[in-house]
Amino acid sequence: MNAVVADITYRAMLGRKRIWLLALLPAALIGMAALLRLIGGPDEHTAVILMEKFSIGTMLPLLGLIAGTGVIAPEIEDGTIIHLLAKPISRPVIALTKFVVAASLVAVFGALSTFIAAFLLIRDESGVAYGFALGALLGGVAYAAVFMLVGVITRHAVTVGVIYALVWEGLVGGYVPGARTFSIQQWATSIADRISSSPFLTSDVSLGFAVSAVVVVTVGSLVWAGQRLRSLSLTGDE
Amino acid sequence: MTMTTTPATTRHSVVELTQVSRWYGNVVAVNDVTMTIGPGVTGLLGPNGAGKSTLLHMMAGFLAPSGGTATLNGQRIWRNHEIYRLVGLVPEKEGVYGFLTGWQFVLSAARLHGLPSPADAAARALDLVEMAGPKDRRIETYSKGMRQRVKVAAALVHDPQVLLLDEPFNGMDPRQRLHLMDLVRQLGEQGRTILFSSHILEEVERVAQQIEVLVAGRHAASGDYREIRRRMTDRPHRFRVRSSDDRRLAAALIADPSSSAVSLTDQGIEVQAVDFPRFTSLLPKLARDLDVHLWQVSPTDEDLESVFSYLISRSSV
Repeated sequence: MNAVVADITYRAMLGRKRIWLLALLPAALIGMAALLRLIGGPDEHTAVILMEKFSIGTMLPLLGLIAGTGVIAPEIEDGTIIHLLAKPISRPVIALTKFVVAASLVAVFGALSTFIAAFLLIRDESGVAYGFALGALLGGVAYAAVFMLVGVITRHAVTVGVIYALVWEGLVGGYVPGARTFSIQQWATSIADRISSSPFLTSDVSLGFAVSAVVVVTVGSLVWAGQRLRSLSLTGDE
Repeated sequence: MTMTTTPATTRHSVVELTQVSRWYGNVVAVNDVTMTIGPGVTGLLGPNGAGKSTLLHMMAGFLAPSGGTATLNGQRIWRNHEIYRLVGLVPEKEGVYGFLTGWQFVLSAARLHGLPSPADAAARALDLVEMAGPKDRRIETYSKGMRQRVKVAAALVHDPQVLLLDEPFNGMDPRQRLHLMDLVRQLGEQGRTILFSSHILEEVERVAQQIEVLVAGRHAASGDYREIRRRMTDRPHRFRVRSSDDRRLAAALIADPSSSAVSLTDQGIEVQAVDFPRFTSLLPKLARDLDVHLWQVSPTDEDLESVFSYLISRSSV
């Protein structure tokens, strides 16, 4: 970890319009939960659907994409990354620091808002709020690492990320049973399922596999991103 | 083949390129370049697209050579972040965080280098580039020249032995340009190894003792700038002349030894002058004597590209 790199990255992520991108979906989630609470007794089934479809299914991959690519891709694009890379600091340390910033943002905006929304709806009924918060936290960490890697290896990070989130997770992961094993969304849901006792929540992936997969994907993405950063080339305008 | 003049003094090698090439697919950006950059100021000169930035990026560790080796004090540069303890880099690209103030930007560089007194180092560096006054303004409010100067301050904050600057004077007003030129010259006199790229001959002349010329990815010339300049002025000059009677003027010009070739074209007379001073004094006299009105006298090969091409052709003779 490098405190200066973290400081600059937090300023870049939070000091500008990007904070609104990060805050918009969590605000919508909490707003929806509050509205459901106001218009009359939300039940556990409704809460699980909202968490599964909106929080884990939509908000989390988008937050992962915004935070994961946002901590590094714009700097590579406009060349400001040279300020960090032309220093006697190991590139994997820079990658790790950027990842920690992205993961912390997904934790605060993704996992915390998920917990608040679920708690607003049904308090701690069947452990749904705790389960989805932990699922969102671990899934968000994996998303942050994967999308940061995408941000390092391609200049079309957002396009690749959106295609991954929509096509793989949304379509293939949703309808092809075998593909679910390799979906971050499914890992997050399975973690929520194992922690909560709600009968409305089911998942195909075991807890052991989901947690191991999150760890392997996160560490693998980080190592890969660090190595790619060591070989980052400037092509110049010539 | 490279045209080389011997430096006046013996130099220590610091940055060394040995038979370095770089290609992108089928395009060769830098072709078999061998050069040694030692203490003092060296200008890397060449027209746009000559491969200067590519070469500088390889020296700065931001591009792997496709062939050959790039070293700093004998250590491999590529994938070696330890070199940045010795190197300060000013890239051509903007490369500054607009949301930081000048002070925060330079201080962050000092802290990233792990300097013992980062605030003192940042203040010193900002003073050097005369940016102490506006240091508390956000960089996004700076002019291009001011941004360039904070980039230089950030590159100098750890007092590097080697300074690599890619087109550092771009965007600066004349006063800022002269100030930075003075600073670069002073740093070179202190024994630092400084390499800066430019496509403007006059900039290089003012600052650098040593010049490396790159043309179309090839190392065209190397040595003291006066020597290279003399070779440049040795070449024939080409002019296009339009007048009220091109035929008569052309006949008179070819009769004089100052011109080696004269041809009549649709656009006027094309003249190749081998004795530049004689030709320039002769032409108005001839026009007056022949009662011919001169409408246009313009050099057709004064751009750097043609000067460098001449150097290449000379070097391969």
